[in-house]
Amino acid sequence: MNSINHSRRNFLKTGGALALGSTLPVSLVELAFAEPSQNFTFAYISDAHIQHIKGNRFVRNWDRGLIRAVAEANLLTPKPDFVMFGGDLAQLGSQAELDHGAEIMSALSHKVHYVMGEHDYYLDLGAYWEKLFGPQYHSFDHKGVHFIVLNSIRTYDDWTYKRWPTAEQRMIEMAGLDNPNGSPFMVGEEQRKWLKADLDKVAVTTPIVVFSHSPLQKIYKGWNFWTEDAEQIQTLLKPFKKVSVIYGHVHQIQYNQIGNISFNSVMATAWPWPYPASYAQAEQYLPKLTVPMNRADPFFERDATGWQFINIANGNVDLNFTLYNNASRVVRFDNAKKHPEDKDYQPESTRIDPQRHY
Amino acid sequence: MRHLFLLTLGVAVFGCSQAAFSQQSGPANTDPTPAISNNLLGLPPVPVPANNPQTPAKIALGDKLFHDKRFSIDGTISCSSCHDAGKGFTDNLPVSVGHGGLTGTRNAPTVINAAFSKSQFWDGREPDLEGQSKQPFVNPVEAGLANHQPILDIVRSDPEYKAAFTEVFKVSGQQLIMDHVSKAIASFERSIVAGNSPFDRYYFKGDQTALTEQQQRGFQVFLAQGRCVSCHTIEQDHALFTDSRFYNIGVGINAIQQDVPRLAQAFLEAKARGGDVDQMVLTDKKSSELGRFAVTDGFNDLGAFKTPTLRNIALTAPYMHDGSLKTLKEVVTHYNNGGVTPVGAQVNAFLSGGIRPLNLTDAQINDLVAFMEALTSEQYAKSRPATGAQ
Repeated sequence: MNSINHSRRNFLKTGGALALGSTLPVSLVELAFAEPSQNFTFAYISDAHIQHIKGNRFVRNWDRGLIRAVAEANLLTPKPDFVMFGGDLAQLGSQAELDHGAEIMSALSHKVHYVMGEHDYYLDLGAYWEKLFGPQYHSFDHKGVHFIVLNSIRTYDDWTYKRWPTAEQRMIEMAGLDNPNGSPFMVGEEQRKWLKADLDKVAVTTPIVVFSHSPLQKIYKGWNFWTEDAEQIQTLLKPFKKVSVIYGHVHQIQYNQIGNISFNSVMATAWPWPYPASYAQAEQYLPKLTVPMNRADPFFERDATGWQFINIANGNVDLNFTLYNNASRVVRFDNAKKHPEDKDYQPESTRIDPQRHY
Repeated sequence: MRHLFLLTLGVAVFGCSQAAFSQQSGPANTDPTPAISNNLLGLPPVPVPANNPQTPAKIALGDKLFHDKRFSIDGTISCSSCHDAGKGFTDNLPVSVGHGGLTGTRNAPTVINAAFSKSQFWDGREPDLEGQSKQPFVNPVEAGLANHQPILDIVRSDPEYKAAFTEVFKVSGQQLIMDHVSKAIASFERSIVAGNSPFDRYYFKGDQTALTEQQQRGFQVFLAQGRCVSCHTIEQDHALFTDSRFYNIGVGINAIQQDVPRLAQAFLEAKARGGDVDQMVLTDKKSSELGRFAVTDGFNDLGAFKTPTLRNIALTAPYMHDGSLKTLKEVVTHYNNGGVTPVGAQVNAFLSGGIRPLNLTDAQINDLVAFMEALTSEQYAKSRPATGAQ
């Protein structure tokens, strides 16, 4: 909480009477547009992996992580305009898991948009999820920003429809890491056609924010930190002046800039993944811009998990990570360098050992 | 090997702390063979700040100040009112009673071994005993003074105090300020240190007869299934039974869960307006339950309070920051329930990660309680009150 605290204190020191009625990380909400009524922030919770044991029993750790994120998001002042959920609400896509996750999420006092994750999808290909949360891909406009939600975790039809004797086995095969039976994620032709048509209606000066579960860039195939048709999506987004892609799935802080597109990952509430660079049994392309998170202290069961709230500043996104039992981090778009940058950890000399030895 | 090492260490500890130790009246002071009944067995060296060294005269002065009821608005409250040596340096009440019968919001922590705390108060809002000891005088529900001036008026004019402050600090008149008073009290408190419990003789001296069989079983629960030792730490050569960290363990905050958004915001607004944290948390029950959040403003600290030492815990009922649990058995049951009392109540959203149902049997719970009763220092063993653990 340090950075948030300090910013807030600074604000309170100078804010005087303005400070009344504005408490939590209010000072981080920057001007998005000249018109103050257009300022906004939204919260982002992701990768809860609610896991059913049997009967009414669910894995307590994952429940607690999501419950806490929801409770903390409800403390944001001023209130965020909406909340995103970044996918993998469930672990094995069952109705029990999706229902239980939706119940925990219902404590949010905000409108929520959901992104599909592979753990939500591969049991019934999103049928029950759609009943709870709406279409698998769609777009919406909010205060001058065009938001796009994609289902980026589909794969080849042959794998999805012809390969597995049961839906349960299909789900489990896709849930594994380093699984030779797995298959790379992709947005797919159907959605690419829809995306092109959707973007055709948007002015190139309109800021675009794309939500996907997998990174719309290629980082590490073995763990599906990967989207097979990433380049084709990037090409569709190329004409626009300001584009941000925000993805879940990786359970760690990553950021990158490819041409006009800024990439940011969000945290999981369930558990942390290591960085692929620390494992790298196959070629990996962890973005050079990314400064790794410091390693989780195993004493703290929630360390290296968390959630984030996101400010739309001048059409670019700034991510404010709330990390349990750890120093909060802020990744902001640097207007001079034209890419996202960590507010605190950037110089090599300021890094600490737990960041180098993840 | 361990015994040899520990014996050496025990002597070293004793040597380091002799200044503090020699001030205590009682058997330790006159014992011709202190290495055998070392009252500091199981403790690390007492940390003493460089700018406030222990001296016998300073400790005696602190002792006098600690017991002086004149330092309150109606002449009825001294430090010792709530930190009574006969009650394990607590008051054995759920929450402390100040002047005019006013009650605060928190359970008086024991002074015994407070010298080892890395922060003071349940929410750690003061870093040391010097800072802590100034606060209760001017808290509206404790000693109730408007400011420290009445104390200074007394210590600057009372002949005994004048002589003592001149001797200890070489100050008098206007040069004698509240820092001198708090330093003397802190020095006295640093002399209230006690190890040498049955556990210490068992664990650090290898005396297998020091713990009963039930207590030995309880020790295994403490280390393993009970998961107590994660926070109530035991080191290789000493044991403070606290990690000096802050956790939300589902006490207090459970009752205000629906109110947290409103309370957190209202508290921060009041703080931004210049509100005093010490007064706010002790005079408003609901704000008090925000815990260390009141100090850090951090989500992590919502409903979180300091891990207390378990040394002499049998003397200091009732338990928890709000005194809401009457017995050690109720405390263990609360943890066994996964951070709720009664069982089945709603777990609060900010509960610390390590708190979860333990699946202890009733026999294991009783063993654990028996173990905690083996943490009473020899020098206090006779003074255990009737309200102690069952």
